[in-house]
Amino acid sequence: MKKNLRLILSLVAVAVLFFLAWLVEKTEGTQSMAVTVLQKGAVYALIAVSMNLLNGFTGLFSLGQAGFMLVGAYTYAVLTIPMAKRAAVYQYYDGGWVQFTIGFLPALLAAGAVAAVFAALIGLPVLRLKGDYLAIATLGFAEIIRAIVQWDGIGPLTNGSNLLKTYPTLKNIMPGNTVLFTFLVVGLCIGLILLLINSTYGRAFKAIRDDETAAEAMGINLFHHKQMAFVISSFFAGIGGALLAMYQGSLQANSFKSSMTYEILLIVVIGGLGSVSGSVLASFLFIAASEWWLRFLDSEMLIGDFQVPLLAPGFRMVVFSVVIMVVVLFFRKGIMGDRELWELGSRRGAKEGRKKA
Amino acid sequence: MFNTILPYLLAGISVGGQYALIAVGYTLVYGILRLINFAHGDIFTAAGFFMVYLAASLPVGLSIPLVILLTVALGFTVERVAYKPLRTAPRMSIMISAIGVSYLLQNLMWYLTGGLAKQYPGLPGLSGTVQIGPATTKIVTIATPFLTIALVVALVMLINHTKVGMAMRAVSVDFETAQLMGIKINSVISVTFVIGSAMAAIGSMLYFTNYTAVTPTIGAMPGLKAFVAAVFGGIGSIPGAMIGALIIGISENLIKAAGWTAFSDAFTFALLIVVLLFRPTGLFGEKTTDKV
Repeated sequence: MKKNLRLILSLVAVAVLFFLAWLVEKTEGTQSMAVTVLQKGAVYALIAVSMNLLNGFTGLFSLGQAGFMLVGAYTYAVLTIPMAKRAAVYQYYDGGWVQFTIGFLPALLAAGAVAAVFAALIGLPVLRLKGDYLAIATLGFAEIIRAIVQWDGIGPLTNGSNLLKTYPTLKNIMPGNTVLFTFLVVGLCIGLILLLINSTYGRAFKAIRDDETAAEAMGINLFHHKQMAFVISSFFAGIGGALLAMYQGSLQANSFKSSMTYEILLIVVIGGLGSVSGSVLASFLFIAASEWWLRFLDSEMLIGDFQVPLLAPGFRMVVFSVVIMVVVLFFRKGIMGDRELWELGSRRGAKEGRKKA
Repeated sequence: MFNTILPYLLAGISVGGQYALIAVGYTLVYGILRLINFAHGDIFTAAGFFMVYLAASLPVGLSIPLVILLTVALGFTVERVAYKPLRTAPRMSIMISAIGVSYLLQNLMWYLTGGLAKQYPGLPGLSGTVQIGPATTKIVTIATPFLTIALVVALVMLINHTKVGMAMRAVSVDFETAQLMGIKINSVISVTFVIGSAMAAIGSMLYFTNYTAVTPTIGAMPGLKAFVAAVFGGIGSIPGAMIGALIIGISENLIKAAGWTAFSDAFTFALLIVVLLFRPTGLFGEKTTDKV
């Protein structure tokens, strides 16, 4: 009974948030900084949660997220560029191989599906590795994917190292409702991940995280479950990549470097490994801070005749990374630890939190 | 045929030697702390920038030791500030901290240098060119393998025949027991970072004499490759790291010679994955067993 009440309250809270986000776009206009932050923050939230599913809930330290985002983003862009514009985009490759166009919703699904297929293939060898070897191998695969996408030989498919553009973006699919659309897609995906985490599979993931040997002894098929977590996480990373492509408006493989994975990992850590709501909060904070609130650090400032020292392009990111290091070193549990926002008030959550501490 | 491949082969041996010097830092640190020091590549980059700025106002003879000193200081500080407080934390936390340090160093270098590529100064004796058969190359290409081998031999001697070396071996076998035996593990770990950073500084001088543009993120790729070399050679083994680095450097350049430049980076990671799957202990690594 009480559980139902909390569920309803959570859903109402989510609906109110969505309404507020929609209101921001209506009042501030699509070009405003607040809207940019809401769009990009939501996209990062999905990617961070998908990474948290692996690193925080299943205990698999994977650093391949940028690779799967790249696959998703490219799948989306390649499938949705309008026929009329293909000749211009693929000008070096005679209009490319793909000679059809699908709608943006099926393309979003396809983005996730293709990323998931890649994950299934990569997972077969890689998931037998443990700990930091897994990290470095997934990082390696992400780099390989990036190299192959830029390879001239499949240029007619991926446009090589040239830009992909003119595919449907947030602004031209949902003019005036970009934030609401992003929130709906991301909210749906995160909702599905939450359902998964609270299912028997999710409990098996956590068991593997806490003690692999014990989990195996309890009859959990390690490889099967790890593969499942890996594929599902990549599916959502692929959708996240596609949303990022929609947000950016143009796409180049070179931006999906390992530093992008690091950035997402740091978001997950700031939010708390093993907390979905933590990842979401941290994503919005991270994006708002880096795109908006700390912008002033990048330009010179005069107070009267006094020139404030240190302020110059790039200082924002320095301050920002120092803050991150402080979190990593002194607040290792991040904002939420491994608890969720909606557990804060409840006694069960509090007790669990104390036990872990 | 041979004449077209020769320049690539020379470049491969040379860059392999430079990777080897970076790999030493990875393999030593991993051997002792079981930590992939993601920041090591950025320390290598920092050494490049130190030289750019020092050589602008000081004679090269003075800059070289200063660069090594500053790099060592940086490596030491990173360990003390970012890794030491996490000694008892789960290993994942230290790795995340290493990634954070890498992020910080890259952003800091971007801020301090304005993000533009800086021209590396020519080092006397290394930047000149030399004719080998049909190929013209910089002296550094020829000097690197000899210098690398000399340094690696010296390092192996240090580890096998000195008291510090013995302490390092002890700590890498069993952290806690070594501590109980009265070894000051914090100083041993510091020594490890000092050696690793010094090697990275020397490696950066050789590397940037060849590829003269220094940018804030340039160290990431050589860093990752050097780590692969360390894994390939068997993590913890210094001669292994050198041989692994040479193999990677040569293969990478031969792939370029074959016209597959796009895949030269991918090859390194493919190699890593193959090694991890079939021989996770690398060429010269010791077998370890997982205890429950």
